[in-house]
Amino acid sequence: MTTNTEPGTSTRPRLRDIPPPAHRRPADRTGTRDLRLFSRLGQVALLVWAVVVIVPIVWTFLASFKNTTEIFSSPWTLPAHLRWANWGRAWTTAHVGRYFLNSVLVVGLGTAGTMLLGSMAAYVLARYRFWGNRIIYYLFVSGLAFPVFLALVPLFFVVKNLGLLNSYTGLILVYIAYSLPFTVFFLAAFFKTLPSSVAEAAMIDGCSHTRLFFRIMLPMARPGMVSVAIFNIIGQWAQYLLPVVLIAGAPDKWVLTQGIASINTNAGYAADWAGLFAAISLAILPMIIVYAIFQRQIQAGLTAGAVK
Amino acid sequence: MRHGRYPFIVGFLVAPVTLYVVFVIAPYAQAFYISMTNWRGFAPPTWAGFDNYKRMAGDGAFWKAIEHHLVMLITLPLVTIAIALFFAFLLNLGGRSRGSTMSGVWGSKFYRVVFFFPQLLALPIIAVLFGMVYRPNSSGLIDGVLIKLGLAPVGWLINPKLALWAVIAVLVWQAVGFYVVLFSAGMASIPKDIFEAAELDGAPQSTLFFRVTLPLLWDTLQVAWVYLGIAAFDGFAIVDVLTVDQGGPDNNTTVLAEQIYQNAFKFGKFGYASAMGVALFFLTITFAALTLRVTRRETIEL
Repeated sequence: MTTNTEPGTSTRPRLRDIPPPAHRRPADRTGTRDLRLFSRLGQVALLVWAVVVIVPIVWTFLASFKNTTEIFSSPWTLPAHLRWANWGRAWTTAHVGRYFLNSVLVVGLGTAGTMLLGSMAAYVLARYRFWGNRIIYYLFVSGLAFPVFLALVPLFFVVKNLGLLNSYTGLILVYIAYSLPFTVFFLAAFFKTLPSSVAEAAMIDGCSHTRLFFRIMLPMARPGMVSVAIFNIIGQWAQYLLPVVLIAGAPDKWVLTQGIASINTNAGYAADWAGLFAAISLAILPMIIVYAIFQRQIQAGLTAGAVK
Repeated sequence: MRHGRYPFIVGFLVAPVTLYVVFVIAPYAQAFYISMTNWRGFAPPTWAGFDNYKRMAGDGAFWKAIEHHLVMLITLPLVTIAIALFFAFLLNLGGRSRGSTMSGVWGSKFYRVVFFFPQLLALPIIAVLFGMVYRPNSSGLIDGVLIKLGLAPVGWLINPKLALWAVIAVLVWQAVGFYVVLFSAGMASIPKDIFEAAELDGAPQSTLFFRVTLPLLWDTLQVAWVYLGIAAFDGFAIVDVLTVDQGGPDNNTTVLAEQIYQNAFKFGKFGYASAMGVALFFLTITFAALTLRVTRRETIEL
């Protein structure tokens, strides 16, 4: 992804060192002036957008330490002092802690299940020839084209009839099922690129198919697995529609997105704006930490699907 | 090598396929049937033919939702891609004045990291955040400033003419960073010699952008357009959380997803909600097919 210096450039004569042909000169000069103006405008635009991205977030963090009077009278100033009580209230009274742990549980198990089942299906579909292979593959891939809203009503009743409404199990299974199309699509393409010589050698040594997959092929597919796992974690963490439909009746199981949305609705009645700001800050903070650590992997993982 | 091959294949496929058929394929298939019934969830569904679709044709909220999707379908990709392309160009190729190789402007790494961050935040959380930003009194981020400056506060989400634009602005705010990174990856894969050759011929930056970068980035742009178009047909999380009365004021920000959710889970009209789901499905498919057809061009081989 780096765009600057390639190793070969230093040995080649620099383009700037070659004097341009005489008749090119006027054009070149206006070109440079254009460029300077363009670059300077660009610099300003970049700075403005950076401010537009950062300010709402910083403003929220500042407001999370204020009291209601400060929020209304001086929305732009620093808080008089750090009122950690707002954060405490959001974490316990408003149940942000609970929602957060629920999200971790559901997304953790959801992504783990997606990766296990998705990689198994993708591997078999990519590397084994058998009757029905293509049918199953396209069955999975077609899921990429359908909007979830089409399935919403029947899905609700399928989950209800299985007795899984308002349960973690139901939500996790649905997360896995709806993450499979992309996971299978992406990993199948990845498994196809792996060399078959290693697999053949292992088979000759008497390795079973299952062992071959878990011991050799899966470790070899690691870069692809990491990308898809990141993609699924972010996608499932942001999920709002499915929990709102499937676990609405069990507030103790609500996930973070759903919980924060509900706090937002109630904040209007309770007028606890500081608590709401603290709740949003609590939801954003872990993302900043995770992003700071895994920034490169996250950018690569999220865009990998589109570049393919 | 052959022994245990079929048991293995079946063993690996049975769990994912079962899960997928039960929770994804079966509901999709049923949706079409349910849309032809008068199902309220208790008594077994009764056949209604095209009644739901006829009712939909006379439903003002449905048409408002369609109108909003069309507005979003045009503005969301156009604005997002324009901003993202401009930034990606600056970050990758804008700072060519020093040295021979093409490079980004100063601080491009920092900008890329910052711009991408909103992509990590879940939309419902962004929606709550912007609910505060847009608050129409002195506690709002924007109106707080306006009031301090002695101006009248603006009802970003209350004014029926502004509300949809306020929603679209948030979607753009979140999406731009992702497409900056996506386009950057695309631009990085264009061989530097091409730019150097163009530069040597005295091509100004605008030519470099419109005649060289853009055509070579066509595939990536097409992907971006499809992604953003599909996002324009969703909008549930943001509309449900951010707007007044979940799609208000007076249905002025409603989307099909919101209508489906409310008809099904607030009013118990499961047949009618499914009919809207079918409509949404055909809209999405038509859009994807049209985009792929219209934007099809000869790919430039490098």
